Amino acid sequence: MLKLINTILIGLSTGAIYSLMSISLVLVWRSTRVINFAQAGQAVFSTYIAYEVALRTGNFWLALLCAVLSGAILGAFVDFFFMRTLFKRVTSGPIRAIAPVVATLGLLGIIRSAVGYIWGVEVKSIPAPASTDGIKIGSDVLPFSTYDALVLLIVFVVLMILTFIFQRTTLGLSLKASAFSPEIARLSGVRVDLTRTVGWAIAGACGAIAGVLATPNSLLSPNSLDILLVLGFAAAVIGGLESMLGAVVGGLILGLGVTFIANYVGSTLVFLSAFVFLIIILLVRPSGIISGKRSRNA
Amino acid sequence: MSLVIRNLTVDHGAIRAINNLSFIVEKRRLTAVIGANGAGKSTLLRTLSGLNPATSGKASWGDHNLLKGKAEKHVRNGVSHVSEGKSVIPELTVEENLELGALWRGSKKEAEATKKYVLELFPRLGERLKQRADTLSGGERQMLAIGRSLMSKPELLLLDEPSLGLAPLVVEQIFQTIRDVVNSSSVTVLLVEQNAMGALKIADIGVVLNLGSIAAIGPAADLIADPAIRAAYLGF
Repeated sequence: MLKLINTILIGLSTGAIYSLMSISLVLVWRSTRVINFAQAGQAVFSTYIAYEVALRTGNFWLALLCAVLSGAILGAFVDFFFMRTLFKRVTSGPIRAIAPVVATLGLLGIIRSAVGYIWGVEVKSIPAPASTDGIKIGSDVLPFSTYDALVLLIVFVVLMILTFIFQRTTLGLSLKASAFSPEIARLSGVRVDLTRTVGWAIAGACGAIAGVLATPNSLLSPNSLDILLVLGFAAAVIGGLESMLGAVVGGLILGLGVTFIANYVGSTLVFLSAFVFLIIILLVRPSGIISGKRSRNA
Repeated sequence: MSLVIRNLTVDHGAIRAINNLSFIVEKRRLTAVIGANGAGKSTLLRTLSGLNPATSGKASWGDHNLLKGKAEKHVRNGVSHVSEGKSVIPELTVEENLELGALWRGSKKEAEATKKYVLELFPRLGERLKQRADTLSGGERQMLAIGRSLMSKPELLLLDEPSLGLAPLVVEQIFQTIRDVVNSSSVTVLLVEQNAMGALKIADIGVVLNLGSIAAIGPAADLIADPAIRAAYLGF
């Protein structure tokens, strides 16, 4: 029983991090129609910023805040300097579909190399702001830690903020309109290009939070977040790629699934099972679990 | 203020969609542009609202050059375009679609006032504010598209085939509302229509477009009475 509760809790906090990464991919996909592989690089760069701040100040929260800012700036930068230029030059044809994706792959390589050049390739770590030891219940110790609970709480707060932005603010309405129908948004007077850049910034910030939150439970290296990107992408696909709610649900399902397999079957099968799950979803329900027109929702 | 189009030419790749077109739309008039499919009607509107680049010529609304800048800039200068095919965002609610049109104005209070006016014109939208736009009927979507456009307080309204795919009774109702808007406000309307008779009946001025050039222009009533126009464009 304790093992089951523990598995569910760990699954949710792991899944929460996948959800954030998934949201960052979905936001970019639905506004720009690009799967942003560079997100892993953007997130890892921001996480190194957090590492640097944490090392100097010892303050996790300040480190997280700096990572969020750096993630947002980097996201806006990638859209402004790379995507806009790219779309100005290639406007149609197969190249239009392929070039941006290849460009983000290239960018991922560049950022990872730059990070390796600046911080070296030996692994680093960010100390957690709360205990990573399991919570004690009576004489039993759950592997689920105070830090894992904190992760759940932080992701919950981030999701509330995002929901507020998308449901209640004019920025949110502009973001949705620019993503769903850029032409009608333009005809309504929305500055679509600017709005899209803001969307990339929000996506970058989400990716950075995911990167920082994932790090205290593991280690930091130039490619330590690559697997998070893949899992985030899998979560996004499970959720149908168009919906933020889908991204969250997809992330949680994947987190739970992966943790169940790790705890009950064997931890060596974790990543294999994640990919098998992704492929099954693609084969059986390519539009995602939450599919249909209604899925294109905030 | 008037819409002045001078020697306007627009190419779509190798096809010349608009060929050396010149005409003037006077303020507060309803001008209908009619013509067969492929006559360049939609291209004309898309060019005036900044969605399509022009090849050469001039087009201006008052002091504003309509051939320069993005579509979102033209909206800020009072030119609003309801593009072909019920231009609403299906994933958003009716209310969000309306609010979208007034976002750039920045004032919630003004937007509320305009929304009241729009809902008086189209009471059925008022009953469906919280519904997603994709749950509306074709006629309601067209009303929403026009309503969204009016939310930006346009001086010049460019309407592309509001009758497309709608039942005759609904078409009549929408045409009548367009006429009412012109009569009761200071908005100028350039209406592009396949439904030539319906459009000319409510219009002040008619422009007949053929292969990107003007075939005839004059008071709408005169065009309706002209035997040659009747035979070629009105079908009797």
